[in-house]
Amino acid sequence: MTFAFSSSLPEQWKHRHLLGLENLSADEITLILDLAEHLHTATEGGRVKLDLLKGRTVANLFFENSTRTRNSFSLAAKRLGADTVEFSSSGSSVSKGETFIDTAKTIEAMGVDAVVVRHATPGTPHLLARHLEAAVINAGDGPHEHPTQGLLDLCTIRQKRGSLEGLTVALVGDIAHSRTARSNIWGLLKLGAKPIVCGPATLVSKTWEKFGVEVAYSLDEILPRCDVLNLLRIQFERQAIRPFPSVHEYALLYAMTNERMKRSKPDILIMAPGPINRGVELTPEVADGPHSVILKQVTNGISIRMAVLWLLLGKKGVR
Amino acid sequence: MVVAWKEGRSMNNSWLIENARWIDPSVGLDRVGRLLIQDGRFAGLDCRDGDLPKGIQHIDARGLIGGPGFVDLGTIFGEPGREEDETLTTGLHSALAGGFTSIAMSSSTEPPIDSAASVQFVLQKAARASLAKLYPLGCVSKERKGEELAEIGSLVESGVVALSDAPRSIDNTALMRRALEYCSMFDRPLLAHPEVMSLSRGGVMHEDMTQLVLGLPPMPAEAEDLATARDLRLVEATGGRLHLLSISTSGSVDLCRGARGRHLPFTAGIYIANAHMLDEQLKSFDANCKINPPMRSASHIAACLAGLADGTIDIISSGHRPCSLEKKMQELDAAPFGMVSLETTLGQVVTHLIRPGVLDWSAAFAKLSLNPAKLLGIDAGSLAPGKPADLVLIDPDQSWTVDAPAMKTKAYNTPLQGTELHGMVIASFVDGERRYKKGD
Repeated sequence: MTFAFSSSLPEQWKHRHLLGLENLSADEITLILDLAEHLHTATEGGRVKLDLLKGRTVANLFFENSTRTRNSFSLAAKRLGADTVEFSSSGSSVSKGETFIDTAKTIEAMGVDAVVVRHATPGTPHLLARHLEAAVINAGDGPHEHPTQGLLDLCTIRQKRGSLEGLTVALVGDIAHSRTARSNIWGLLKLGAKPIVCGPATLVSKTWEKFGVEVAYSLDEILPRCDVLNLLRIQFERQAIRPFPSVHEYALLYAMTNERMKRSKPDILIMAPGPINRGVELTPEVADGPHSVILKQVTNGISIRMAVLWLLLGKKGVR
Repeated sequence: MVVAWKEGRSMNNSWLIENARWIDPSVGLDRVGRLLIQDGRFAGLDCRDGDLPKGIQHIDARGLIGGPGFVDLGTIFGEPGREEDETLTTGLHSALAGGFTSIAMSSSTEPPIDSAASVQFVLQKAARASLAKLYPLGCVSKERKGEELAEIGSLVESGVVALSDAPRSIDNTALMRRALEYCSMFDRPLLAHPEVMSLSRGGVMHEDMTQLVLGLPPMPAEAEDLATARDLRLVEATGGRLHLLSISTSGSVDLCRGARGRHLPFTAGIYIANAHMLDEQLKSFDANCKINPPMRSASHIAACLAGLADGTIDIISSGHRPCSLEKKMQELDAAPFGMVSLETTLGQVVTHLIRPGVLDWSAAFAKLSLNPAKLLGIDAGSLAPGKPADLVLIDPDQSWTVDAPAMKTKAYNTPLQGTELHGMVIASFVDGERRYKKGD
């Protein structure tokens, strides 16, 4: 497929916001992946700036710490010629006496076309989408969804394998608190892959089986049939009662090590959404080894975010 | 339908209400007749024309259903302390608009109702409002902190009808046991919200498929089941009288059904939302859907409906919990629990229980009026001659659309906004005085 970026948007794209992958069709996901590849080529991997979104402003509204996602969105916007404005607040907006919605409306009143929002509570981007005129992009809402992360993971696998159809992809670790896991699950299911969720029983609900996802507690058992491992970060900050006895025991059961690599498929892909805890989810040798596509994911993240921004803002007549 | 309504000024709170279908589960009454109200009290059906007092006012209530005014348990208002949510006046007005003529109000004010002075304050305020009758619930624990017993004897003396820390659960098992024992000395029931907090603290919604997808903090069904099991076992051990205000799980229903067979001194209640509202509603991420007990999944609702139908669940309460707009305009974890429901309860009961055949009118009046009145030991819940004329008139067929800003309650927090309900409260009488009429 070729895209004429200067003209109108693809007709199959109907959404005003990107809030999650659960509600996108396989065709819509594929469209974003295709578009990302084209934009990567058109910008020559970042060496050339386009002016597709000239005059548009993208606001980064981050209520949780983030460096990579935030910078990735900023770069994506800039490479398409948009301006960016940064807003960050640690902690709840309530503590400052202003509601979250008021904060967002204030930013919007400064004349922004899109709001990229990250927040610790599921549903906050949806709340904004109801109250704002601007396009809302979910950059992670608690454990709910992180659609651009899901898309860049799909993009990376497709680049390496050509297609996701029939691939066995294990998401390993803290599924309960992972927005990356959820966005991946919907994307993988829609594109015909076979997702497995694997981790301690305290963090991996059996109920996932009702959605057509395989549930496993032993990494060693599923390892030989996995085409891709996506090693999710253990989110220490989200846990009230520790769901496993120690980091040492977690690493023993679930860390991807050189020894485990030997029992994997020879062409296995090792992914991680980052930031990674070296020595916990995977050892440095694996993270930096030949099967690791972790940095490729980061590069693809910018392309994916360019594609999303263009789809939501490229339409003539916005604002 | 058009209701013929001819009404003048009533003398001495005396009325003749004609042609309504009268329901009184206390005597198994369900028939058309004319009800006489004299000097603020019921004076029987089918009086002869010759017996009518001179100058009595007539109401033609053809097509309407009449019955004893509803009695609500654990209703939350905001006064004193959270008047931004609801005042006693707006709350009691809302009650009348929903057909509730008696309100057993939650002790969860600020300060909480844990002293004779606070009891007197709300009683006087309510008397001045002259709307629905107010019966304060007293705190089980000092300052409603769940640590040590409040001065229950003094509270009873100053006029509380029952003891309750709800909507907070009594998490400490030893305190719960003591409280049941201690309350039994005064023959007052303890109204409990069953929830084991260590399993649900910080939770936003029922734990199941929808919660798994949304990633919101879970409130598992077993948090309620365990508290229900614990409380029933403590009733068995102590003989204390217990009312479970708010059961919502299939586990709780099963436990209550089993305990009923052992003739324990307890009753079971449900907040009307838990009889029909599904956890899937949270997919909207609307903070108005954040209630406690949480909206559960279909299997739990089916179990609750079965419990309502077979009598395991004795009492339906509104679960009224007003929150000012700004409190609900927050992120879901920061937004408080609650929905306003005094004015939608009847519509919810008709739409989701009576029309689908789960309950008939007599059973509905028993659960909304007779049973809670009996539990509290108040003079209400019946149309029998000599009883205070607390009465509701209902148009059973009238459909209407929920419009929160048009309601009498001060708060707007209802997930039912914009939905259509059947069954409308037309008028409410308290002590023979018509204190609410639709359209006023």
